[in-house]
Amino acid sequence: MDFGLDKKHEMARALFKEFAEKEVKPLAQEVDETEKFPRGTVEKMQKLGFMGIPVPKEYGGQGCDPLTYIMCVEELSKVCGTTGVIVSAHTSLCIDPILTYGTEEQKNTYVRALATGEKLGAFALTEPGAGTDAQGCQTKAVLDGDQWVLNGSKCFITNGKEADVYIVIAITSVTEDKRGRKKKNFSAFIVDKGAPGFSFGTKEKKMGIRGSSTYELIFEDCRIPKENLLGPEGKGFPIAMHTLDGGRIGIAAQALGLAEGALEATIAYTKERKQFGRAISAQQNTQFQLADMAAKIDAAKFLVYRAAMAKATQKVYSVEAAKAKLFAAETAMDVTTRCVQLFGGYGYIREYDVERMMRDAKITEIYEGTSEVQRMVISGALLK
Amino acid sequence: MKIVVCVKQVPDTKGGVKFNPDGTLNRAAMLTIMNPDDKAGLEAALRLKEQYGAEVTVVTMGLPKADEVLREAMAMGADKGILVTDRVLGGADTWATSSTIAAAIRNLEYDLIITGRQAIDGDTAQVGPQISEHLDIPVISYAQDIKIDGDYVIVQRQYEDRYHELKVKMPCLITALSELNEPRYMTPGGIFDAYDKEVTVWGRADLKDLDDANIGLAGSPTKIAKASDKVRKGAGEKVTLDAEESVAYIMGKLKEKHVI
Repeated sequence: MDFGLDKKHEMARALFKEFAEKEVKPLAQEVDETEKFPRGTVEKMQKLGFMGIPVPKEYGGQGCDPLTYIMCVEELSKVCGTTGVIVSAHTSLCIDPILTYGTEEQKNTYVRALATGEKLGAFALTEPGAGTDAQGCQTKAVLDGDQWVLNGSKCFITNGKEADVYIVIAITSVTEDKRGRKKKNFSAFIVDKGAPGFSFGTKEKKMGIRGSSTYELIFEDCRIPKENLLGPEGKGFPIAMHTLDGGRIGIAAQALGLAEGALEATIAYTKERKQFGRAISAQQNTQFQLADMAAKIDAAKFLVYRAAMAKATQKVYSVEAAKAKLFAAETAMDVTTRCVQLFGGYGYIREYDVERMMRDAKITEIYEGTSEVQRMVISGALLK
Repeated sequence: MKIVVCVKQVPDTKGGVKFNPDGTLNRAAMLTIMNPDDKAGLEAALRLKEQYGAEVTVVTMGLPKADEVLREAMAMGADKGILVTDRVLGGADTWATSSTIAAAIRNLEYDLIITGRQAIDGDTAQVGPQISEHLDIPVISYAQDIKIDGDYVIVQRQYEDRYHELKVKMPCLITALSELNEPRYMTPGGIFDAYDKEVTVWGRADLKDLDDANIGLAGSPTKIAKASDKVRKGAGEKVTLDAEESVAYIMGKLKEKHVI
């Protein structure tokens, strides 16, 4: 058992760290303040191959493994949670399902464009009446000749208006079981921006990750080609759940990065900030807080990296992903809150990064499966 | 066109400096980076490759650990890496280093050799020009712009207030300034490819036309009498005075120290 990274992963981390420090960090505060999607940064990442890290070269990707991609999200999130989630939603939620379930043609068309950075991706499952209970979805798709016709709306969609390609989950049939209970059968679709009948609703104003473009998607007799069905008809629910298993590792990495970034800033601050004639880092309370946070972050890191390794080697990794997301997200919330406390009054001021990091951290306990959903997944496997 | 780029793994100045008892740098104990001027030289070579087509070979001399700097160069786009490493080559000054690297380059085909102007550890700016002397080819130092015109290179050589434009027939050697360009980032896939490739490792036995009197610590005419890290000065004196009093105070102190 080896807890260290090999040289190529170390070098990849150095690359992501350098990029994050030079290109992302200087904009983080402005991105948050103005709620502006960091298009320039995304274009730079597209050129450098950051938008297709775990994608095989034959489909225009970098040919690296999930761990490399996870480290990218982690390093970006250390300095900017918004930038981290843009890469995560694009890679885990849009590219991954096409790569896993797509036809050769879909992979050549869509994965190539997404991985080379020509296009940006998004994923749409959540609806106003359906969050954790995905069965509550209302969006429908009906086959009409050689086109699918979509009707309904999706909400809280990351990369919302900025994306070019969307994975959309919609009901394609309703069946009754033996006891007469109705069951919705979902299918997954690839929808291009600009498809007739596809428009955007309101932009959400959020507590954190404020530069991330979060929109409502509206489908009114939206017509897409028949061949844009992703995977078999009626298999949309398992496709969505499998996609979220991977997405959770990305969000766990985002949470891990936020916690690490906040701790780094706090260590530096406590060495400088003087109270009662000495640096607050000389106070035992500060020292114990820092120690607790560092230990939790290490534990989160091992869970996140294990989940990334499991994605590379196992067919099913739901439990590893759920444990990583649950622990990393709660660690991010705990660590950033403690960091704000150690900054005292300054921690509550927007000028300091930890204030933003605490707001950014909260969403990691909610999206792509709340912490409660992760507990359901983990306990479900225990009690099977 | 075949371009050879010489790079050096140097201590990252952010990480602090450590010395061996003999005054040489303890390179194994320090965080390292690719020397910035060398990185600009590599970037220049990669741009020439993109513009005119070229094979870029990167050469370094150092500890086995210097393999990393070659992988980094390959992850940026270099085609081949050659590591010259041998215990007998250790502790080399600029003379021994340039003798050794020139011997390594004699094993290669080249039209153009690019080195950095100087390394941030030794700051001598001697190794590049010395290599050109050993190989008996022209050198243009302090390049701020490089173009190719058939068998010739056209280089702008920087001065404080002007530049010279020089046209030289290849093969020749150019030393690059870090102002030459903004080096590109590696790519994630480039890093994975770089670690899948082989780096050629040459020891003393692989180097021809090299006199043992010109290598390693023993072959180095430079002897280091003493080297040390910067010693921290004591805390300064703080005074709060208005402008006129401040001037009088400073003048008094300067006179007291016989500065004026």
